Amino acid sequence: MLSLFKYLQTSQFLGGETLKQLMFMLTVEHGFPHQPSALAFDPKLQLMAIGTKSGAIKIYGAPGVEFTGLHNDTTAVTQIHFLPGQGRLLSLLDDNTIHLWELVAGPLREVGGVKKEGVVSLQEVNTYNLPGRPGIESCSATRVTVLLLLKSCDLLCVGTEGGGVYFLEVYRCGIMDNVCFHFPSLPDDYRCGKSLGPVEALQEHPQQSGKILIGYSRGLVVLWDLSIRHAEQLFLGKQQLESLVWERSGNLFVCSHNDGGYSVWAVTSGSTCNHQPVSSTIPYGPFPCKAISKILWRTTQAGSPVLLYSGGMPRASYGDRHCLTIQQDKDHVTLDFTSRVIDFFTVHSVDINPLSPPSAVVVLLEEELVVIDLQTPGWPSMPTPYLAPLHSSAITCSCHISSVPPKLWERLVNAGKAQQSRQHTHRSWPICGGKNLAPPPKQQELLLTGHEDGTVRFWDASGVALTPLYKLSTANVFHTDCDPSDDPQDPSNDPDMQQEEEEWPPFRKVGCFDPYSDDPRLGIQKISLCKYSNKLVVAGTAGQVIVLGLSDERSDHLVDVSVVDLLYDREGFTWKGHDRLEPRSKPAPFPPGFQPLVVVQCLPPASVTAVALHAEWNLIAFGTSHGFGLFDYHRRNAVLARCTLHPNDSLAMEGPLSRVKSLKKSLRQSFRRIRKSRVSGKKRTITTPTSKVRDSEQEEVAPVQRRIEPRSADDSLSGVVRCVCFADTFLRDGTHHGPTLWAGTNSGSVYAYALEVPGVGSGRVCERGGASESSVCVEAVLGKEIQLMHRAPVVSICVLDGRGKPLPDPYEASQDLAIAPDMTNAHSVLIASEEQLKVFSLPKVSAKTKFKLTAHEGCRVRKVAMVVFSSTAQEDYSEHTLVCLTNLGDMHLFSIPALRPQVRYDCIRKEDISGIASCVFTRNGQGFYLISPSEYERFSLSAKVLTEPLCFVQLDRPLEPTPTRSGHTHTHTHTHTHTHTHTHTHFFLLPFSPFFFFLLSLILPLHHSLFFL
Amino acid sequence: MNKNHRVPSSRSLNAVEVKSKFGAEFRRFSLERSKPGRFDEFYGLLQHVHRIPNVELLVGYADVHGDLLPINNDDNYHKAISTANPLLRLFLQRKEEADHGTFGTDSLTRKKNTVLSAVLLRPDHNKKKPPVIISLPKDFRPVSSIIDVDILPETHRRVRLYKHGQEKPLGFYIRDGSSVRVTPQGLEKVPGIFISRLVPGGLAESTGLLAVNDEVLEVNGIEVAGKSLDQVTDMMIANSHNLIITVKPANQRNNIVRSGVGGGGGAASGSSGRSSDSGASYYGYSSHSAAASIPPHIIQNFPVGELESDEDEEDLVIEAGGEAEPIRHVASNHSMSSLPRYEPHLNLRTATTPSPDRAMERGSLEEDGTVITL
Repeated sequence: MLSLFKYLQTSQFLGGETLKQLMFMLTVEHGFPHQPSALAFDPKLQLMAIGTKSGAIKIYGAPGVEFTGLHNDTTAVTQIHFLPGQGRLLSLLDDNTIHLWELVAGPLREVGGVKKEGVVSLQEVNTYNLPGRPGIESCSATRVTVLLLLKSCDLLCVGTEGGGVYFLEVYRCGIMDNVCFHFPSLPDDYRCGKSLGPVEALQEHPQQSGKILIGYSRGLVVLWDLSIRHAEQLFLGKQQLESLVWERSGNLFVCSHNDGGYSVWAVTSGSTCNHQPVSSTIPYGPFPCKAISKILWRTTQAGSPVLLYSGGMPRASYGDRHCLTIQQDKDHVTLDFTSRVIDFFTVHSVDINPLSPPSAVVVLLEEELVVIDLQTPGWPSMPTPYLAPLHSSAITCSCHISSVPPKLWERLVNAGKAQQSRQHTHRSWPICGGKNLAPPPKQQELLLTGHEDGTVRFWDASGVALTPLYKLSTANVFHTDCDPSDDPQDPSNDPDMQQEEEEWPPFRKVGCFDPYSDDPRLGIQKISLCKYSNKLVVAGTAGQVIVLGLSDERSDHLVDVSVVDLLYDREGFTWKGHDRLEPRSKPAPFPPGFQPLVVVQCLPPASVTAVALHAEWNLIAFGTSHGFGLFDYHRRNAVLARCTLHPNDSLAMEGPLSRVKSLKKSLRQSFRRIRKSRVSGKKRTITTPTSKVRDSEQEEVAPVQRRIEPRSADDSLSGVVRCVCFADTFLRDGTHHGPTLWAGTNSGSVYAYALEVPGVGSGRVCERGGASESSVCVEAVLGKEIQLMHRAPVVSICVLDGRGKPLPDPYEASQDLAIAPDMTNAHSVLIASEEQLKVFSLPKVSAKTKFKLTAHEGCRVRKVAMVVFSSTAQEDYSEHTLVCLTNLGDMHLFSIPALRPQVRYDCIRKEDISGIASCVFTRNGQGFYLISPSEYERFSLSAKVLTEPLCFVQLDRPLEPTPTRSGHTHTHTHTHTHTHTHTHTHFFLLPFSPFFFFLLSLILPLHHSLFFL
Repeated sequence: MNKNHRVPSSRSLNAVEVKSKFGAEFRRFSLERSKPGRFDEFYGLLQHVHRIPNVELLVGYADVHGDLLPINNDDNYHKAISTANPLLRLFLQRKEEADHGTFGTDSLTRKKNTVLSAVLLRPDHNKKKPPVIISLPKDFRPVSSIIDVDILPETHRRVRLYKHGQEKPLGFYIRDGSSVRVTPQGLEKVPGIFISRLVPGGLAESTGLLAVNDEVLEVNGIEVAGKSLDQVTDMMIANSHNLIITVKPANQRNNIVRSGVGGGGGAASGSSGRSSDSGASYYGYSSHSAAASIPPHIIQNFPVGELESDEDEEDLVIEAGGEAEPIRHVASNHSMSSLPRYEPHLNLRTATTPSPDRAMERGSLEEDGTVITL
């Protein structure tokens, strides 16, 4: 009866309530888009768009306002153009297709029980293929080089490689013009065969609409009047053209050149052919300079214009720098970036005063977004509220903390502000389009990322925009190779610190992308934070485990250092890897925030592979490839050091560096192979075809084989400690519970120690009577050793209470922050290995339930987490579930403690090893994994907890896409693309297309386009 | 069955002559060939004719090849009766006196020789060299078996490899490949997993049941179709303690011909007949039901009850008892005994506790409820 009831209850819950809605959903991407390739800005809507090489388009406005679109093909987006104020944009892809995107009202969404109206999303509306002209010219002739959308937004000018400029009508059924110039009087220098060479730039006259400036690659610039289809003026530049920009009045324009110079031309009516610019400058001359790829000329009310241009560096001395120059009067700054400049634009104050000076310049670099405040003297940089460069140093690990207590949050925010105040301006973020409709987060969430340079960055992960809160550097605990006087806090990020270089050009380092680590040993491997006691444990590549406490005051102190030798009882082993880091012998200054208390250094200094913190007992546990240790940071003494090495394991002693060596060796070999093949390739031209065949046969790869052999105890790296955890449970008998430490290794061994912590587990102390008073130290006694017979690596250990729920975190129960664990019924321990999930009873370790995942599915467990799924219908109902991510990238959910499989989702591509390795789960069913070195994908398994962009943009046009229209558009597009490859009949279809879209046809009779000057 | 031998006389068709020897005494009697009865009746008959009602006996007979073979169940009793040609020679021994080396190939002739040599030649030499002891089938630990023959198509073979507690490696490799399937659309090439290599001296090779280029169809009842090489590798390793793989042998000439199905056509009925085993495939350790009805000509040299697949999965738990001691001392004493360590106490420890490393000992530990107290 009871079991039936139980069954009903469970099934009801699982079937009807949560799990039906429980779904895997990718919600938002955090961080900086990988390989950005295009940038655009809509000054009316204050929206910025970024296109990437993988065909993604992302629109950003005010913090929290984000739209994402993905082209069907993963082709690089080369250009993006907004139709200002319309919430539409055009994208040009590398495959010569133009796509029209539109912000449309999405379907009604129910989020967290609240219906959201007016949520806007980005959708692709139309696609246009630009075909080559069959027979006449090669396809490259119609390859689009530049797009210009006229201010009226109804005409799109398309410049091509072949020198033709095409005009596409955007709104009405489009008949388009094709302009091909023939200037008999032109010198041959400006010709490229029959045509004029690639169109490099198109700019519309700022005052007189219908006049456009066409710049050709060879230096020729033509002022073209659209209305009378007549070339008004010619400007015969001497240098290869890179870009064009109008002065606001339309009396001047500036063009930048391939030789690192720019010239200013006057547009005076009358003269049809200009040979000389007003002025011509090579700012970083006289030695040869690189091209100025883009130039902007912005007039200000004050008088002297602001000139911004990218590139133009002296080729020999600074040819490798990525620079943007800002020039106004005598102010001249050369911003020196660490990655390539993709594009940049200026933002003007929102009231569209034609003379308003630029308030900021937004620079899109390959690895980050930099915004410079142009209104504050000194042009400081602005912190970005989104597009955080997560990868400013490579991410090595991550850790998520949910429901952060407000006090800790506030202190972190303050510590972060103290760091930023020196660096940034406090002006508000200039890009402020759209409205964030997402409800304010119910709780604060922290994402901690560990980096290769020894920093831990704290990110506000509560909302859609991942914003930096605070940065902790652990490098200053140690002596490193870098200059000790150099502030290790932030060498690159601080403009105050730059040496005032007297040299020319006046460089200023901007941005925080710094992929080079001073010392790879500083890299962070594991992080653990106790959010109630504000204790943080950070463990790194050289066996360092640092315990830090939060402090609001700056402090100069010496950090205690302890060394724990994990091989103290073993002989015959010598570590061949890197040395341990040398701790500072003098007191070092530590800024407000997390300040180190104790440093534990493992010997041998192998990378720390597991760490656990129990702040209530003042204990930390850590594991490396050699063993694990237990340290009492309150009394500053090592309690336990246990070696897990198998005597035959020689690889464990190599250390990562020797593996680097072998990598080097293999690189060298592969280079040799390449060289060899080059040589043999030359030979091959002489050899006979038969020998060639033999060669190819030899190169044919042997079929991939896999050895089938059970794991044995002496497999290499079997001693690697994969997980450590603390639990207050029953280890020795069923009546007394007390602190325990659990550790699992790569070879399926689990060690359980009973801990004697003074003041904790009083029952035990009483039993021992007088002995306990004398023992003021924490003691550890081996309680159990479990050897899993399948010997698969132990991924996770979790102790479950009498109700089968995971034990709460330290302080949670004692401070009434969580339901107290059931200590009256028997506990159990869940051991997750790569192959099996198994629940054992405690204290007598006997198997209760298990699930052999690998035997059934052929996949191996990579990540395991205990997740609480809350019910959307019942406020107070929640259920614990075990989530497993496997090496195939799928997620399996299991009930606890029955280990019944519930659902399975395909999540990450199985080839994406770093994505799978980087995955972290939150307590409430969300998670993060890296989709590129710089981007976290956030996903949700929970119906209740979703963090996704919900935004609205105020537009003049109706936001709802009418179904008939889109349907029609679709069919028509289909016809269009279908027919154009065969015949030109599609041309006759054009007049019937009734609604908004633009159509293009490049195959038009030439009578429209022949013009003679 | 014995067509190569002389045509049996009319007498031998219905009756079997039995000559039974116990010690120095002979008894002769005859049995109905068509109705031999059960073994226990026969056993009672023997005790009766020899007038040794309460003596435990080992019954052996000389088969056509002159080997001394045991009679201890209905199967081999019937076999003995059916092959008697026409005389069935029985040798009875007291069980307590019996030496297990009695049965086996050449056992009769060897016995004669030893008797001769013991009498005539050098008795000392022979006492030093006792004959090789071959134990009864129940004493053997199975190494491999063919199972589920009755439910699988003849072209397939389900092989069980017993890895537990052996030093021998499993010793085989698998690879990707493609095989041809018969589908309604005709022949179709589909990716498959094949055995690519057998390690000399490994378990797989020594059984003779697996060969290079055999296609792997299932691993422990789970079809491998649609799974990658790495997935199949992981599945096999996860099941390596008790691996059951269903293969389609590359060499189809050694297939067992089932009596029910028209003999000889086995190879032709091909891979389309897979439906019969897929029914039992998922979690399909169907060996229990199958083993009970295994036809008598199937090699089956282990008790059916041992088929339980999980007994070898029992994890080893070592409980470190005793009072709290500083762990630096404890650590060296209470180390995992299954792992050899660099410890001075090594020999001491093995003296006090049985080494749980070997399968035999592990079995005894399991009986105590998986927990050992050091």
